[in-house]
Amino acid sequence: MSNWVEVCATDEIDEEDVIRFDHAGRTFAVYRSPDDEFFATDGLCTHEKIHLAEGLVMDDIIECPKHNGRFSYKTGEAKGAPVCVNLKTYPVKIEGGTVFISVA
Amino acid sequence: MSHIVIIGAGECGARAAFALRERNFEGQITLVGAEEHLPYERPPLSKDALLNRLEPKLVSDAARYADAGIEVLTGLSVESIDPAGKTARLSDGEILAYDRLLLTTGARPRPFPGLSGANHRIRTLRTHSDAVAIRAGLQPGAHLAIIGGGFIGLELAATARKLGARVTLVEGLPRILSRGVPAELSAVVAARHKAEGVEILCGVTIQELSEGPDDARIFTEDGRTIVADLIVVGIGAVPNVELARDAGLVIDNGIAVDAHLRTSDPDIFAAGDCCSFPLPHYGGRRVRLEAWRNAQDQGTLAAANLLGTEEAVSAVPWFWSDQYDLTLQIAGIADGATQAVWRHVAEDAFILFHLDADGRLIAASGIGPGNSVARDIRLAEMMIAARVRPDPVALAAPGTKLKTLLAA
Repeated sequence: MSNWVEVCATDEIDEEDVIRFDHAGRTFAVYRSPDDEFFATDGLCTHEKIHLAEGLVMDDIIECPKHNGRFSYKTGEAKGAPVCVNLKTYPVKIEGGTVFISVA
Repeated sequence: MSHIVIIGAGECGARAAFALRERNFEGQITLVGAEEHLPYERPPLSKDALLNRLEPKLVSDAARYADAGIEVLTGLSVESIDPAGKTARLSDGEILAYDRLLLTTGARPRPFPGLSGANHRIRTLRTHSDAVAIRAGLQPGAHLAIIGGGFIGLELAATARKLGARVTLVEGLPRILSRGVPAELSAVVAARHKAEGVEILCGVTIQELSEGPDDARIFTEDGRTIVADLIVVGIGAVPNVELARDAGLVIDNGIAVDAHLRTSDPDIFAAGDCCSFPLPHYGGRRVRLEAWRNAQDQGTLAAANLLGTEEAVSAVPWFWSDQYDLTLQIAGIADGATQAVWRHVAEDAFILFHLDADGRLIAASGIGPGNSVARDIRLAEMMIAARVRPDPVALAAPGTKLKTLLAA
């Protein structure tokens, strides 16, 4: 069963960028790719629990601002040292110009 | 090639070992380290390791080495290398034959001049066991004296304040962080330490240190005596080159390597804190970097080149320091800059961009709470690597997205 939560309007996230989204005591990172698709992952890096939304989005990669650990934000895959644990990803849908993520 | 031996089991050596497997090397890998622990991250030693992380933060757990088929020999040092016979002799007498060798021997704290032997109240901070010993001396109310206003000393000062210790920091030069950090940033750091109650004494030359049963003392040239429960000396590091030197390799402020991290022996490479290398983007000047990410990057690169890739160093130097909630990040090397451009990031955060006479960005230094400058410093690093000449007005304008300047 999915649990869709409203995040923001689509135009509140720039292309090739990310925002932080906190909900019910959890923190997420919500991305807009250069080809204008939206994605969501856990908000904290698996290396040292840093907010990824302060990092840099390059193509389909999010890079942690602290130690440059890299993940694919589309699949959550950790791309090498110092990160070795993948990020959890969440389904995203767009309805009427609003971004929703499924946090279940 | 069937056996690669890596001497030095820190961040760099561990990274290199895994990177060999990531590049599908199927031969034998032996990683030799003098410490009793598996390779661990050193940055926490001046911070969390003194507060709440009582065990070392391992680069990888034992299972990952086993899965990757990496043999880790801990608690063993290498006593000599025979480059002609391609062997290394371990401290337990065993002889390891190698096809190629990687030296990631790191650096050790620069000792205080004239200070000898084992001191209990005068210490340095480099290893997990150093952190354990220092932690034991940092009870609330204890007086810690730190010699050296560099990153280690300042990070330790911040952590000691969190633990309730009284802190005096003595720096010989007129300001803290004079090596590689612009005065504007070191002023912010100094002000914050003073606000947190750290006593910072700059321009003070130390004549002598002494240790007694109940305290340790600093005697300054201007006649002061600082009495402390514990003194920590943080006056830089010296590269561990002895093994390489005794093997006849060329030494030049570290084990000298070429752009491919190869030493003067074609089958021996060196990486990380122990080596000096020609730095691209800065005219190929020879530098030695003591930084966590450099250790990682060079470990990865050395692995590729051990396998014959012939890939040159291309990373821009990058380092950071965390003190209280402040993070300072620097990309590039500002020596040779003729212009600094100030970019306001937030009320308590800013970045200085350093440009050379041609208008090329050669360094960026930022400071602010948390990761407030991180993204822009990372973009600056990419701009330095791309050798761009950004418009100073655009750099200074808070509304400019730095990403748009990458192609400048």
